[in-house]
Amino acid sequence: MKKVLVLFSHPKFEKSRANTALVDHIKDMEGVTFHDLYERYPDFHINVSAEKKLLSQHDIIIWHHPFYWYSCPPLMKQWIDMVLEFGWAYGPNGDALQSKTCLNVITTGGSREVYCSEGSNSYTIRQFLRPFEQTANLCGMNYLPPFAVMETHKLSDDDLIKHANKYGALITLLKDNLSNIDCNGFSFINDIPKLNTT
Amino acid sequence: MSGSILFEAIVFLAGAIICVSIAKKLGLSSVIGYLFAGVLIGPYVLGFIGNEGEDILHFAEFGVVMMLFLIGLEIEPKNFWNMRKTIVGMGGIQVGGTMLLSYILFALLGFDWKVALVISMAVALSSTAIALQTIKEKGLMDTTFGTSSFSILLFQDIIVIFMLGFIPLLSSTDSNASAEKHSDHTNLLESLPIGFQTLAIIMSVVLIIVAGRYLIVPMLRKVAKTGVRELLIAAALLIVFGISFLMEYVGISPALGAFLGGVVLSNSEFKHELESTLEPFKNLLLGLFFMAVGASINFIVIANSPLTIGGLLIAIIILKAIVLFITGYIFKLKLDQNLLLTCSLAQIGEFAFVLLSFAFGLNILEQEQMDIMLVITALSMSLTPIIGIINERFILPRIGTKESVKRPMDHIAKSQKIILVGFGHFGSTIGRFLRSHGVEATILDHDSNRVDFLRKMGFEVYYGDATRLDLLESAGIADAKIIICATNKINVSKAISKIVKENYPHVEMMIRTKNRYDAYELLNLGHENIYRESLETSLTLAKDVLSKMGFRKYTLTRQVQNFIKYDEDSLRRLASEPKREEDYIFKAKKELEQQEKFLNQDFKRGIVEYDNHWDSEHIRKALNKFNEE
Repeated sequence: MKKVLVLFSHPKFEKSRANTALVDHIKDMEGVTFHDLYERYPDFHINVSAEKKLLSQHDIIIWHHPFYWYSCPPLMKQWIDMVLEFGWAYGPNGDALQSKTCLNVITTGGSREVYCSEGSNSYTIRQFLRPFEQTANLCGMNYLPPFAVMETHKLSDDDLIKHANKYGALITLLKDNLSNIDCNGFSFINDIPKLNTT
Repeated sequence: MSGSILFEAIVFLAGAIICVSIAKKLGLSSVIGYLFAGVLIGPYVLGFIGNEGEDILHFAEFGVVMMLFLIGLEIEPKNFWNMRKTIVGMGGIQVGGTMLLSYILFALLGFDWKVALVISMAVALSSTAIALQTIKEKGLMDTTFGTSSFSILLFQDIIVIFMLGFIPLLSSTDSNASAEKHSDHTNLLESLPIGFQTLAIIMSVVLIIVAGRYLIVPMLRKVAKTGVRELLIAAALLIVFGISFLMEYVGISPALGAFLGGVVLSNSEFKHELESTLEPFKNLLLGLFFMAVGASINFIVIANSPLTIGGLLIAIIILKAIVLFITGYIFKLKLDQNLLLTCSLAQIGEFAFVLLSFAFGLNILEQEQMDIMLVITALSMSLTPIIGIINERFILPRIGTKESVKRPMDHIAKSQKIILVGFGHFGSTIGRFLRSHGVEATILDHDSNRVDFLRKMGFEVYYGDATRLDLLESAGIADAKIIICATNKINVSKAISKIVKENYPHVEMMIRTKNRYDAYELLNLGHENIYRESLETSLTLAKDVLSKMGFRKYTLTRQVQNFIKYDEDSLRRLASEPKREEDYIFKAKKELEQQEKFLNQDFKRGIVEYDNHWDSEHIRKALNKFNEE
């Protein structure tokens, strides 16, 4: 069974219904390490060696964050900048993350419809996530399509529970080895058949 | 000529003002000024003051009592308890050693053994007034030398009780005769057996401690509530008078009682009020005391036997100095601290006046013996400041911790010189952090042990009083970019800031302050870089409390930044407000009122609620509202 590291970054977690629902559902699952970056590093002073050690102990890396201004919150960028060091994560001998699996789990206010060439945001989520995708690629990781909970402002409590359950199911799948083939052709991992069997 | 009280007051005050300001101009201790003023107005020079000098001396001894009360206020009970070994150890060796040597001296000179014993007791005691006043004036109370001197003096205050109890046993006459001759020394206990006396003494000490907690503090609270300033002055005086009366009644030195009273009150909220109220009284009374000592020097006695007196004076000072030096050596004082101790306590103190006249009253001493010893006492007290100057100007610069040591210029930081004043808990952290960045601050400190240690660690350190312009100049203030005042003494910081602003306005000042009130003052003096030592640490603690209660750390971190910003802004706003009637005496009450105001503002402002960043709920509500419209 593979081990999952959830790198969670939310500057105001206490005010986020959607993320509270998601996190509450998965943080105590077996084989999951829930790592709350804003709580751990409120002063942005990241302990790089501790983070590297944590990464090496896990097979699945999840960047879980709200989708702010088409990107991640600043502490997560700080984490990427500091932890994914040259000569460790990439570059010569930089093979520490080789063949691990990586994906973004995001929450957005906008709907799927606004994230397309005709929509008000002009580009798709997948396009906005290119920097993350290429970061994973450069580090030799398999990058999977994102798990996205969208239109969070409109979601009812029941909707949130459904999303949280799906997040949990996804993590269970990931632990049991979910391959890239399962995700072929899907923009969101939410939509793959294995998660929508019923 | 000297009949009217007004005239006497004028003579004393004018003498003090003229002589002390001259002494200060010459860079001498104020004690010298007062002593010289006393000699000048005394019966043998200008003759303004006649033989009432001794009565005044008795009255002015109250200044010593007040001084010990004030010192007590600065020593918390716990610290006092920690000093017990030094007090008994150093004090015991000093008093024992001096008594032994001077007994031998006077016995060899052919004095009767009783006389020699009484004199040796008097000789063993030093002058609390002169020594402590000088130490406090130089701000050396928290150095090794300061605490050692204080410990010895305190032990003497205690031991004098036993001496006064012991002297009557030497008397061959019956006690009635002595009572007639010296009625002011009879007290409640003389007629009681020794056991009861001890019991009464212990009881009265307990009484002071209990009364301090349960009587004096509640009384002060009531007085403060009335809002009448002079009542607090009256209350402060009442406390000191009351304690002294009680102590004299049971036969303990009033100074010792006052000291205990001070220690008991050192934890109370009225500490600073009492200090600022009694300080001027103490200073004037001590001044009067020194003048009375000067006036009491009997030049006729000196003229009659100049050689005896001169010889004895020198012998006694040397003898006391030797014992003090050995005491300091046993207690591992560094050479320069030890020399300071030796020079500051090598006189016969004011207790000698009491002991000698007491023994004279009991017919142990003859008139001539007493006169000679009294003159020697007064002279030795007058010589102390002079010996101190010789030590500081000529001996100390040659040995021990030098004011500065030459050291090769090895750093680029030389071009951007930083001066750090004070290397205690606060300053040392600054120094370490600067050094970890390759920035070597030039350090000024007045604790020679610390200075030596720092020099060993390779720091450039100047030793001495940082409020002296010449020391600042030799430390290179002229080329400095920044001077950091990390001392916890706001008066030192203020003095430095004044000197630097006047003489080297281009040097930037960064100043540590204890609280917002000191910060107000410095802001009003035009200083911008004020660092309140309590602000960030207490907020960090509060932040961690809230974090443990479940608040998110990042939000708290941001709120701490907001709070600091808000508090700094309000500090600057309040400092710039025109001063309303400043009622320092009820500052404690004012502080509470202001705290309450701040808390109310915090509550109204609801800082946490204003912070809507990243708050999806906030966005949701706004969107819903927009859609409804």
